[in-house]
Amino acid sequence: MARYESLLDACGGTPLVGLPRLSPAVAEGAPPVRLWAKLEDRNPTGSVKDRAALFMVRSAEESGALRPGDTILEPTSGNTGIALAMVAKLRGYRLVCVMPENVSSERVQLLRMYGAEIIFSPAAGGSNQAVAVAKQLSAEHPDWVMLFQYGNEANARAHFETTGPELLRDLPTITHFVAGLGTTGTLMGVGRYLREKVDGIEVVAAEPRYGELVYGLRNIDEGYVPELYDATVLTRRFSVGTRDAVLRTRQLVEVEGLFVGFSTGAVLHAALAVAHEAVKAGRRADVAFLVADGGWKYLSTGAYGGTLAEAEEALEGQLWA
Amino acid sequence: MAIEVRIPTILRSHTGGAKSVEGAGDTLAALLSDLDAKYPGLRGRLVTEAGGLHRFVNVYVNDEDVRFLGALDAKLSDGDNVTILPAVAGGAFGFAAAAAIVQHSAAQAARRRDPAPAGQR
Repeated sequence: MARYESLLDACGGTPLVGLPRLSPAVAEGAPPVRLWAKLEDRNPTGSVKDRAALFMVRSAEESGALRPGDTILEPTSGNTGIALAMVAKLRGYRLVCVMPENVSSERVQLLRMYGAEIIFSPAAGGSNQAVAVAKQLSAEHPDWVMLFQYGNEANARAHFETTGPELLRDLPTITHFVAGLGTTGTLMGVGRYLREKVDGIEVVAAEPRYGELVYGLRNIDEGYVPELYDATVLTRRFSVGTRDAVLRTRQLVEVEGLFVGFSTGAVLHAALAVAHEAVKAGRRADVAFLVADGGWKYLSTGAYGGTLAEAEEALEGQLWA
Repeated sequence: MAIEVRIPTILRSHTGGAKSVEGAGDTLAALLSDLDAKYPGLRGRLVTEAGGLHRFVNVYVNDEDVRFLGALDAKLSDGDNVTILPAVAGGAFGFAAAAAIVQHSAAQAARRRDPAPAGQR
């Protein structure tokens, strides 16, 4: 069906597309190893976060935590804020977002366009600092509702009830699911669903390895693991550096015509690693990975232009010195 | 047997400021014991009194999380790369990557504008 009563009803139901050019070649007669991309950029505000935002708001409405005219407060580096801003607008709420001050101008413009108010937290503290500032604001404004995507079960449930079933419906032969690890909601929800339905399913996390600024904590004890995270849902977890993520992001658009954000490049890097392992072992594999968003919001970085060698050179010594 | 270990900023007080050190051991536990002899106190920052990896510490062998490879029993081989990182809230990757690229581009642009000291022109 391609007709919906409202934009909110058009959330989810995203395409799963094969990547025949990027899938590794196998020897003649060997079992096929195929890569599939779940295009979550085809959601109403252009990212996977529409699913979580809609489920978190609905859940808060149903529990009575959220009433018409209320203010929603959320620490977010962008996509969740944009998704929540759209949902809040259509459902009649005010949205206040807390985000690190070093985010791209596209995100800030998008959020303001959707009607969100923004409070910046110091860049040096990364997203941990944004979470801390949001928690402080929440204490000062007890009437504001913090949906808190890092700990809200409705975030993971959105993927257990929608993304997971869509993947299995479209790819019954799935052997691996690969996605980025942020709030962990996508991997927890899809992972739990597929583990219930598919024997031997591999649930693989690709975790971005940030620049040192993000890790500049004073003490290990100030670290943070999202409340949603349950390591037993995953089977493997990779750390992917910026250079690999940017190279894969460019490869996706050059080889398969898919224009995606950098986090998807990190996810593809992990997906290719498990795909090549399957080829080596002579095992059949259908590796589905999640495209969290398109590349539009990152164009101002300039990282899509120039040659691959220039990008590599530009990143050398920047994050891994 | 040499294994390169990358040390995060907050633990470099134990390594005399070194970003990367070398150690030996056929498991992660053995490697950390070896490192602790050279850099006293380092192991205590990573391993709890109960003998498990600290909750807010992530350790990767060749970019893969050791918690899925046997944790402290994870096998190591000569030439492996071990990376130690604190756990942080995720979701800001695009910006972390983007900020690094923009900073670098700005630095390069500044160098292009002023390529050499005035006396050499």
